[in-house]
Amino acid sequence: MAASNFRALEAANRRDTALLVAAFVLLFGALGLGLDFAARDFSIVDGQLVGFPVLMIAALVFAGVQSIVSYYSGASLVLLSVHARPLTADSPKHEMVLDVINEMAVAARIPVPKPYLMDDPSPNAFATGRDPTHSVICVTQGLVDQMDREEMQGVIGHEMSHVADYDIRTMMMIAVMVGGIAMLSDFVYRWMFFGGFGGRGRSGSNGDRDNQAAMLITLAVIILAAVAPIFSQLLAMAVSRQREYLADASSVEFTRNPRALLRALEHIAKIESPLKQGTAGTAHLFMVNPREGARDDNEGFFANLFSTHPPLGKRIARLQAMLGNAGARAIAGSAALNT
Amino acid sequence: MMVILLILVAIVAWVVFAYNRLVSLRNQIDNAWRQIDVQLKRRHDLIPNLIEAVKGYMQFERDTLTQVVEARAKAVSAPDQASRMAAENQITAGLSKLLAVMENYPQLKADENVLKLQEELTTTENQLAFARQSYNDVVLDLNTRIQSFPANLIATNFGFHAADYFKGAPEEQAVPKVDLSMTTPRA
Repeated sequence: MAASNFRALEAANRRDTALLVAAFVLLFGALGLGLDFAARDFSIVDGQLVGFPVLMIAALVFAGVQSIVSYYSGASLVLLSVHARPLTADSPKHEMVLDVINEMAVAARIPVPKPYLMDDPSPNAFATGRDPTHSVICVTQGLVDQMDREEMQGVIGHEMSHVADYDIRTMMMIAVMVGGIAMLSDFVYRWMFFGGFGGRGRSGSNGDRDNQAAMLITLAVIILAAVAPIFSQLLAMAVSRQREYLADASSVEFTRNPRALLRALEHIAKIESPLKQGTAGTAHLFMVNPREGARDDNEGFFANLFSTHPPLGKRIARLQAMLGNAGARAIAGSAALNT
Repeated sequence: MMVILLILVAIVAWVVFAYNRLVSLRNQIDNAWRQIDVQLKRRHDLIPNLIEAVKGYMQFERDTLTQVVEARAKAVSAPDQASRMAAENQITAGLSKLLAVMENYPQLKADENVLKLQEELTTTENQLAFARQSYNDVVLDLNTRIQSFPANLIATNFGFHAADYFKGAPEEQAVPKVDLSMTTPRA
């Protein structure tokens, strides 16, 4: 992939992130408005809006602040939530990983991301941050232990591509929003079913029709609150799956060696050890799906729909195809020494 | 009248855009070249240390060692860019041969200092190779742009020239791929 493709992907990611944040804030606003109607501090009397939608304003402000905070400190929050610590050259293998990160940053023509380590025996990795100059790449101790230099180049190349084309920004914001929406919709549900419907009624000459309208809006919000978490999960997954194939391809572009990532994925496919700290909120950030039982190569529609990652089998098959087509040429021109 | 004016504005805007694009590519090439330079210098600094560390063990590889040392001396004192690059390519070939024959000396694997130097040299070689790869990618971008119509009109009028690729030594391709698993034991 040439540099211009990365620029196109970067532009798309900047746009997607902006759209996502806008949708997120609007959704919060809508849910807040529903709560206003339920709480009767804002209502329709004689076809006129009466009162002040204080909860809507609060939800909008909350969503806006949360977006800004997570844009600037989302990476630190993610690192904190998976108990990652900075990776230092305290052993020969750690030094090797640091070196490989430097190498792939040179190949991707971006500043070197900050290296982090998770004490987890399951081989996995993720990248996050808001742009290449504020990015981190985190590997698990399991990955460090099990990968040789060539495999590590493939894995780090994959992560470096997420950094270079701004996937990390989109994925980080999605992680925050999925969490935020789940929380708010939970809140809306509790509110509405336990005490939300009480409150004083206001009635004008068109009382029935006003109440009907208010009921409709409340109903719409209940439905919205019900589907929003599922929908946001589906979105996160769809957005993430496509990116994995792209990042695999870019990793090959950087290493000029399809075998590197292919060997790494084949290796990981053989290991069935789910990540201890992999939570639903951060699953889509990782290199391979960290959750138990998620490694199966189920190809069904629903299996695909509810997975943050394409099946490993499919990713391996695509890399094998690359190895078949351009493999001989790519390896002859492969730049790296894998000592 | 209005139409002609609009067309003129469009042309000027395009010229500015195309010119800036070429400038940006030229800067990227300079930047990519600096990356290469950093690694070449780092390699020059590493070679004496590595030779010092291994020569005790590798009495029988005097030729390989001398080849690297001499190529380094040539590169450091090269009068012009072309002879410097030729010498650098000799270093690359010599080092990959050296790293390969080091496999035959099991004692080296026990020497922590050697292992450290070997890792450092390996990553320098890799960064050099990747830097060269991106340098050549940007050169390809610039050259394609300079040669294609209508950007070539801007290029010729504002003094943009096609850049040279950084070619590897021919023997470099012939060197067998080395797999020194000594630094990376499989768990």
